[in-house]
Amino acid sequence: MNYHLNHLKELESESIFVIREVAAKFENPVLMFSGGKDSILMTYLAQKAFYPARIPFPLLHIDTGHNFPETIEFRDKLVERLGVKLIVGSVQEAIDNGKVTEEKGYNASRNGLQTAVLLESLETGKYDAALGGARRDEEKARAKERFFSHRDEFGQWDPKNQRPELWNIFNSKKQFGEHFRVFPISNWTELDVWQYLAMEKVPLPNLYFAHKRQCFMRDGIVLAATDVIQRRPEEEVKEMTVRFRTIGDMTCTGASLSKADTLQKIIEEVASTRITERGGRSDDKRSETSMEDRKKQGYF
Amino acid sequence: MSDYQNMELLRFTTAGSVDDGKSTLIGRLLYDSKSIFEDQYAAIEASSLRRGEEDVNLALLTDGLKAEREQGITIDVAYRYFSTPKRKLIIADTPGHIQYTRNMVTGASTANVALILIDARNGVVEQTKRHAIIASLLQIPHLVVCINKMDLVDYREEDYEKIKDDFTSWGSKLDINDMHFIPISALKGDNVVDKSERMDWYGGSTLLYYLENVHIGSDHNLIDCRFPVQYVIRPNTDEYHDYRGYAGRIGGGVFKKGDKVMVMPSGFTSTIKKIDTFDGEVAEAFAPMSVTMLLEDEIDISRGDMIVRENNVPDSEQDIDVMVCWFNEKPLQLKGKYTILHTTQEARCIVKEIRYKLDINSLHRDLEDNDIKMNDIARISIRTTKPLFTDAYRKNRITGSIIFVDESTNETVAAGMII
Repeated sequence: MNYHLNHLKELESESIFVIREVAAKFENPVLMFSGGKDSILMTYLAQKAFYPARIPFPLLHIDTGHNFPETIEFRDKLVERLGVKLIVGSVQEAIDNGKVTEEKGYNASRNGLQTAVLLESLETGKYDAALGGARRDEEKARAKERFFSHRDEFGQWDPKNQRPELWNIFNSKKQFGEHFRVFPISNWTELDVWQYLAMEKVPLPNLYFAHKRQCFMRDGIVLAATDVIQRRPEEEVKEMTVRFRTIGDMTCTGASLSKADTLQKIIEEVASTRITERGGRSDDKRSETSMEDRKKQGYF
Repeated sequence: MSDYQNMELLRFTTAGSVDDGKSTLIGRLLYDSKSIFEDQYAAIEASSLRRGEEDVNLALLTDGLKAEREQGITIDVAYRYFSTPKRKLIIADTPGHIQYTRNMVTGASTANVALILIDARNGVVEQTKRHAIIASLLQIPHLVVCINKMDLVDYREEDYEKIKDDFTSWGSKLDINDMHFIPISALKGDNVVDKSERMDWYGGSTLLYYLENVHIGSDHNLIDCRFPVQYVIRPNTDEYHDYRGYAGRIGGGVFKKGDKVMVMPSGFTSTIKKIDTFDGEVAEAFAPMSVTMLLEDEIDISRGDMIVRENNVPDSEQDIDVMVCWFNEKPLQLKGKYTILHTTQEARCIVKEIRYKLDINSLHRDLEDNDIKMNDIARISIRTTKPLFTDAYRKNRITGSIIFVDESTNETVAAGMII
């Protein structure tokens, strides 16, 4: 027998180890669920980690009210299948209550408002660890993240003063009121995620596969034509064959023109593509360090 | 690409300063293996221009934080990912500027291969020795020494051979089994991804070929069975009413269904009834698999216990000698108390004795110096509140490693390798 794991199985084992550490070391963890492929992967790995028992923590979805309807539908089915509790933090509610103020204009996005709602949801639920599906290959500030990332009582990240993290020993010590963000799939790349989802035949929302959709172009990015984005007069809506590489809010998630309608074709496309997956995310393009700035404030 | 299910994962660490050409080398590996994306390249091109630099500064790829870009330094370990048809590679890129030892130790802790760069014009310098000593202390299984900037010494074989001899004779006192040398020019691309046409005298492989082919199948301990229990799975459902599974990651050896096992610290023995996973039962489990073990007998087992074979047990001691690398601005306190984390166990310890401080450049042991500050390496003796189940670090990196946590600040203050 060959005592060797392939790279996907080794990554899987590492992530399961981290997820189990969270369940063992924290009193009240929660899994941040966005509806994207990385959080779908996270729930799948969590299911594996505790099988045949249920996932011993709830899912937390920060709903901006600008999600694709397909995302919400998929989320509700998944939650039912896993038998876990779903907690929804609503950005719309926070706007209605006057806790946050909505941006206005053509490029208005609720992305920034998510942070306040996330921090409030974590505080209300008294969660001491929030599991997230962020990966180091996604973005340069995320490349510096730990598996166990310490947050102060304001939920802030201090990138210059992170705890060294060695071997697979995770320091989860904290003061009262502080919490941790934990990123079990830190070492996965976009391609690893797709290869794994294909290998394991994990169900995914249709948004990821090529489909026909009413879209328009803005600053070189293809956006879905929906009520929540205000279009300029010259922005013309056309039917295009597209798929989404990442799924966030409809307002800031760019689609890519693609014919990849199976996982195999997606893997081929990802393997040969020359643009990073967040290249279509306008929330990252606001400045050179926009992800770092948001993360310091408590974004995940 | 259809073969991705047979790819292996290799983790390697690089250490050095900008002057060694490390960033250029990583940039070259990423660029030549088509792992830099167009928008990434465009972004660093624009940054370089804004900063008034003539060439595209590939170091900006890894320096992600605002402070790093402002100060032109790398603060932290940066992880980079790329893959070839054979392997997925994770680079832990550790800077030589500040807090070098701390970062190098962090990067080295999970690496299969340490990559050391030597400037062909300067030969073996202090920094080279420091990197090699850390690679040896952290027991990185393979060391590859790249003698870089060969273009600046006219690709002369004598220069390469001399550096190789110097390093080999100095390195003989290190604890490194597998050492490999490659003459390269990261700038010109010689022997990085493509074989150099300017060094006919070199018959060996390129760096990428080495990284793709170095044998890492034996890097995990497959002899001594160690299973630190991480979490107990009790579904409490009708279907799995009596299910009691011990979840964890194999720390060493190969466990099989039907094996006689012993549980530490209780000493109770039992037989493996089943090794379970979400994908079904497996006949065997080996490091680093995450599995759930079920035993024939009902015994009380909880997190922190270790399942082993009766005839091959780890040490179970409260007095432990450790080589530590100190990470914190607050120096090591003799007689001080710290929280320690080891496998899935947590305990407290007192520092009984500082045996010596190791000079990281010369390997000299200073028995008099008890002042252990940030980035220092020392051998100490500790006494723990309960027995830890340990192996020597050189035998098993999982059961031989330990971290120290300050009890007032909660910071990770040291990494330890059990002797």
